[in-house]
Amino acid sequence: MSESENLHTTPLDALHRKLGAKMVPFAGYAMPVQYPAGILTEHLHTRDAASLFDVSHMGQAFLMGDDAIDAFETLVPGDYQVLAEGKTRYTVLLNNQGGIMDDLMATRIPGGLYLVVNAACKDQDFAHIEAGTKGRATLEILTDRALVALQGPKAGDVLARLAPATADMTFMTFREVDIRGIPCFATRSGYTGEDGFEISVPSDRAEELARALLAEPEVEAAGLGSRDSLRLEAGLCLYGHDITTETTPIEGDIKWVVNKRRRETGGFPGADIILGQLANGTERTRVGILPEGRAPAREGTEIQDLSGNTIGTVTSGGFGPSVGGPIAMGYVTTAFAGENTEINLIVRGKALAAKVVKMPFTQKSYKTA
Amino acid sequence: MTVKYTNDHEWISVDGDVATVGVTTYALEQLGDLVFVEVPDAGRTVAKGEEAAVVESVKAASEVYSPVSGEVVEGNAGIGDDPATVSGDPAGDGWFFKIKMSDASELDGLMDEEGYAAFVAGLD
Repeated sequence: MSESENLHTTPLDALHRKLGAKMVPFAGYAMPVQYPAGILTEHLHTRDAASLFDVSHMGQAFLMGDDAIDAFETLVPGDYQVLAEGKTRYTVLLNNQGGIMDDLMATRIPGGLYLVVNAACKDQDFAHIEAGTKGRATLEILTDRALVALQGPKAGDVLARLAPATADMTFMTFREVDIRGIPCFATRSGYTGEDGFEISVPSDRAEELARALLAEPEVEAAGLGSRDSLRLEAGLCLYGHDITTETTPIEGDIKWVVNKRRRETGGFPGADIILGQLANGTERTRVGILPEGRAPAREGTEIQDLSGNTIGTVTSGGFGPSVGGPIAMGYVTTAFAGENTEINLIVRGKALAAKVVKMPFTQKSYKTA
Repeated sequence: MTVKYTNDHEWISVDGDVATVGVTTYALEQLGDLVFVEVPDAGRTVAKGEEAAVVESVKAASEVYSPVSGEVVEGNAGIGDDPATVSGDPAGDGWFFKIKMSDASELDGLMDEEGYAAFVAGLD
């Protein structure tokens, strides 16, 4: 792949190249897809120890103001009134049809919210949030901060060594913390199914932070390739693939983003459609899929029932290094969404046996207490 | 024995009218760790440039095209069982299939080792 013109770079660009990363264009940025160790090794190391991912391409912003929480709630189905300061919650921006415009992390901070959104959606997300909260809250886009993810079972030990204040943080909590004297925001969260942190750092100190983390014996650099295989094994959605403007959170089997109070009071875009689906079910549902053989079924693979009728499509599929075989997720007609339902995947014209399974494909190990 | 190369990074080693086909180290570097390989069954007839085998890395699936026309006489079952064999020895045990060529003149358009090295050097 050629070094494309006009790509943005992250503050860690020089470090990636020094580490021998293979850089690819992603969402308008030059990003490391893998380092010399390769995707398999990086994936397994993350499950075994800890890996550092550059996710600086993602969008970060503050939504501030006395009315920021109520204003934000008009755009998402989450309950942010009930959320305590310093707590993080996953949510989705909805369109008027209940379709998902993006998924994001929103943390309550003094005076408002700290938001982290997907790179490919960030410009339109921020425009949408700004328009939707106009006159009620102020959006401050953080263009001078990088974001790294430290993920894996050793992430807690590593970060506690560099920043003891992080030791007692639990899953989905946020803290402003100095890491080796660098002022950071740490959220105990991630996209791998492992314990870990996403750390926001001033751009001009991002390389210093990354080098400090990589200097710890447990930590290796990992790229977007393993980030994708890790999140797939964890059953986590990739926006634009597993959830889109054409899918609702109910179809996407993330109905838990519609929090209890919001189910009663509504007041979010597409509420009628979404609350109707909660009550009456949906025609299709996102499920986990385990192919029986060795062949991976990629995104776009047709799913059939055993009689050869089309019942759905794979939305993410590949090889799960920790599973040791192919895994996938996709949408099927809800009648076929039950666990252990036998289905066929049409790969290169051949019907390959598979079954519907519960996700995650690997056990999650979040620090919940 | 002559070894020739294609633009798609296959090698073909010719011994009489039977040729052995595999993929080059350069191709493997681009693909990354292989997790799945599918080779053609003996008896299958393929045309030059036709998709004859599949290699998949964690990220993506790629096709292996037949550099020549002919009938497959053997697919390498060993690499189907253990795709890592290909990465370990792409020019040896990691071969994909043997083919009985129907038109040896199809080899003429392929690159020799020196030509292929220059071709690869011109990429990126």
